[in-house]
Amino acid sequence: MTALIEVENLTLKFRTDEGLITAVEDVSFSIAKGEVMGLVGESGSGKSVTAKALMHLNAKNAVYSPESRITLHTDSGPVDVLSLTTARDLKVVRGGAISMIFQEPMASFAPAITIGKQMVEQLQLHSDMSKARAREISIEMLDRVGISDPARRVDQYAFELSGGMRQRAMIAMALSTKPKLLIADEPTTALDVTIQAQVLDLMKDLVAEFHMGIVFITHDLGVIAQTADKVSVMYLGRLIEEGPVREVIRNPKHPYTQGLLAALPKLDDLEAPLTPVAGDIPSPLERPTGCVFHTRCPKFLGDICKTALPRDEKVDPNHRVACHIHSAEVMA
Amino acid sequence: MSDDILISARDLSVGFRIGSGFFSKAVLKAVDHVDLDIAKGSFFGLVGESGSGKTTLGRALLKAVPITGGTARYNDGEVDLDLTTLSGPALKDYRKRAQLIFQDPYAALSPRMTVRDIIAEPLEVMGLTKSREETDARVREIAAKCRLNLEHLRRFPHAFSGGQRQRISIARALVSGPQFIVADESVAALDVSIQADVLNLLKQIQRDMGLTFLFISHDLSVVAHTCDHVAVMYLGRLVESAPTRTLFAAPRHPYTRALFSAIPSLDPDDRGRAQKLIGEIPSPTNQPPGCKFHTRCPHAIDRCKAEEPVLEHPGDGHEVACHRWRELLDEMVA
Repeated sequence: MTALIEVENLTLKFRTDEGLITAVEDVSFSIAKGEVMGLVGESGSGKSVTAKALMHLNAKNAVYSPESRITLHTDSGPVDVLSLTTARDLKVVRGGAISMIFQEPMASFAPAITIGKQMVEQLQLHSDMSKARAREISIEMLDRVGISDPARRVDQYAFELSGGMRQRAMIAMALSTKPKLLIADEPTTALDVTIQAQVLDLMKDLVAEFHMGIVFITHDLGVIAQTADKVSVMYLGRLIEEGPVREVIRNPKHPYTQGLLAALPKLDDLEAPLTPVAGDIPSPLERPTGCVFHTRCPKFLGDICKTALPRDEKVDPNHRVACHIHSAEVMA
Repeated sequence: MSDDILISARDLSVGFRIGSGFFSKAVLKAVDHVDLDIAKGSFFGLVGESGSGKTTLGRALLKAVPITGGTARYNDGEVDLDLTTLSGPALKDYRKRAQLIFQDPYAALSPRMTVRDIIAEPLEVMGLTKSREETDARVREIAAKCRLNLEHLRRFPHAFSGGQRQRISIARALVSGPQFIVADESVAALDVSIQADVLNLLKQIQRDMGLTFLFISHDLSVVAHTCDHVAVMYLGRLVESAPTRTLFAAPRHPYTRALFSAIPSLDPDDRGRAQKLIGEIPSPTNQPPGCKFHTRCPHAIDRCKAEEPVLEHPGDGHEVACHRWRELLDEMVA
């Protein structure tokens, strides 16, 4: 599989009144064509910030380290995403080769402009097609995502659609420019389970049809198990474990990943107690030294966890984990 | 009404008049002829999609929206209240016996009040304590139960994480010494690890203080883990009600089965598409005739389109409102 996008040593800090706050630290991963990567972590783990970096979309006070590199492979050659500055150049990663869908579609559509008008506008921005043709494609896309009577819906406003329909319209809009990479930030979190199941099915079909890469951000490991090929787990801005979805869910190596799975209510074992990950995620202003997870880790080894940053260790060729326990096992 | 039932509703309906005209007669039936018994000391789950009426039912039982039909009673052994006609001093008395925990701990707490003042406010408003010392003592006692320390009480809500804020909301709901708590999606906005922590806290409080919970949630796996009894709602109707284990082992209503099969499985090799529901819940202002679920039900027959099923009580404590549940059960076994 050829890489579609490569992220290397991504470190991102935000300049604030209280000083520089680290949001993402030394994160590397790549996504191939047609691959779905699940990005998991608690609020504050840096998953949304990482995803936005792919579109160079973080706020003005974001500071990228000089080592940070994001390379997008397009048909016309590689693009160094972080070096793009002008709105013109950025078009390729914002709605062109990369599209994004959000958790709350009501907040993402302009409320006073019809859905069709917004879809046409985006298509015309990214190509030189005529208005009539853009409208035709918009209606086709609405039909493709399962919106009934698309020729009528295209002239409606976002508030006239139900939550599930709005999310479908959002997906239609994101896919109309035929992006290579789709970033989905908690796309089903606000939906009911029955509607979530429909939207997930739709997304699976679309991946197969359009053969795009997807970054699927969610805190729901069930959704990940159902959609992703590989999983990356983030904690306090660091990528602490990455591997194929079966491996990570059945054989998690990092104590944090194990904790997330133990905290999940499971339907096949109602007797199992729910075990929360102890403590709260530390404030970004009080970033722990050494392993970022050591303040909450149930398998804390002592000084080494407090002082030394754990290196990435390969559990097998595709499964890596950053934890001293595992490094110790490898060495023993 | 037997002694071990805290809340009992019969034929309970809540309607909202809609439309702007003075003579507008259009009524939106959010809760439609619901029968419900909540046993004292139980953790009672209420599930359904958005628009199923679960929140409105919870609020009606708290007397926070007007009950427009049927009856509801509250009996905790000390007082026996008719919720339909409750007003004046009796309503004030009910307010301290029945409390609500909200979904969003970020919106539910005033940013301008210290945690101590937030928790103390119900005591002061209801005049339950006689002096500041007594109030402080009560606040500290409840805060400790919710794992908040003295240092926390001096701070403002913005200094707390989502999980801590939800513990503050819980303390505020508990401070007046209620018997009945409605928790409306109280863990929906939280991360899984914090969700587990808050659920464990709610269960512990319920056991220690002998409280009765109505736990409203759209998350079936959370409900399965915390509740003793579960009722399923669809378009204002109660469609199934049973002890948790019974319901999850053998759901009888096609809607309940569809809800179960829509839960994303944690097993990556189980990416099945069986029994997915098509379409969405109809608008409550434009309800289908007959069984409200027939527009999405894979087993609907002509009878379902014409005649509305009633909640049957087969005698095993597992109630269901479906014309075909017996034959569907036989089909599944066969």
